[in-house]
Amino acid sequence: MKVKAKFENNKVEVKLLVKHPMDTGLQKDKKNGDLIPAKYIQELSCMHGDKLVFLANFGRAVSKDPYLAFSFSGGKAGDTLILKWFDNLGDNEETKVVIK
Amino acid sequence: MKRRIYLTLALASCITVTTSTFADPVSDNETIRSYFSDKFPDIALEDLVDGVYAIDKDSRDQWLQIEEFPPYEEAISKGEKLFTTPFTNGKSYAGCFDNGGISIKQNYPYFDTEKSQVVTLEQAVNNCRIENGEQPLPYGKGAIAYITSYMASTSRGELINVTIPNDAAKAAYEEGKQFFYSRRGQLNMACATCHMANAGKRLRADILSPALGQVSHFPAFRFKWDDVGTIQRRYAGCNTQIRAKPFELQSAQYRNLEYFHTYMSNGLAINGPGTRK
Repeated sequence: MKVKAKFENNKVEVKLLVKHPMDTGLQKDKKNGDLIPAKYIQELSCMHGDKLVFLANFGRAVSKDPYLAFSFSGGKAGDTLILKWFDNLGDNEETKVVIK
Repeated sequence: MKRRIYLTLALASCITVTTSTFADPVSDNETIRSYFSDKFPDIALEDLVDGVYAIDKDSRDQWLQIEEFPPYEEAISKGEKLFTTPFTNGKSYAGCFDNGGISIKQNYPYFDTEKSQVVTLEQAVNNCRIENGEQPLPYGKGAIAYITSYMASTSRGELINVTIPNDAAKAAYEEGKQFFYSRRGQLNMACATCHMANAGKRLRADILSPALGQVSHFPAFRFKWDDVGTIQRRYAGCNTQIRAKPFELQSAQYRNLEYFHTYMSNGLAINGPGTRK
């Protein structure tokens, strides 16, 4: 995950780009005709301390390498955010970012 | 005033000696520049290197958001790694190019007066490989595009400076120009149909980019390709889209076209690799 978090105008603006194939499970491998198994993010969350400030529930319709942008109030420069995603196969990734 | 200085610098950097009474590359460029300043009076010509993003605000806003995490970053790092890795014989790409291959893309394509043909940067990379006992890379995408993406990134801000050194070069330029303006394919369209006459207008969901400033951001990361690709990869794609049989990548036709197409943008700054649909 590449994440940028900035505090401006009394809000924290967060932008992120997740590297994930987001395979729907409905496409076929061009070489052998087999179905490419579904692998897509189902949940993506952002914690600010012990507060959940953002939660997204994705389905298979979200495209490869999802880009998200959201904002929340109550944070300030120097605070740490923890972003985490889980996919349908149980894989996950966690990234920490400091608000600028 | 600023545009005048810009034009003068651009023209000064490509003085040619020619015996023909018309069809002179310098005046071609003047004509093209006046055409586009009339068409887009509120846009500075040097900003046309951003193509559609200089013309349409909504597209520009989306592009600026995407540029927060530039999709071509990976291509540049892969390219840098490939460029700096020595060949089996111990030599490297740096040995084949002026200035070690750094910040030179603005001079390509160039006309090789000994071989009497246009040489593109991708060709020069493969010539380097062959001279050093390595297999040439396939054109259009993959390693060749990563390498020239890296090389383009080192040229950012440098002004395009394609020269026409002799009559044979001028003939190659003229062939490229002919290609650009000739209709082809089942849809019977020329490059100029979309990128001169209809630049700025919509073609289904897309806005047509102007030919002036088009080459500056190549190799380009296109979402359609989900990767970077060279300008000639796009030529082949465009020809296919108008239902014409595409030419081979690095064929004389495409090299001459690239020569004309890049000369057109002399004086504009390299800003590749760029992001496009």
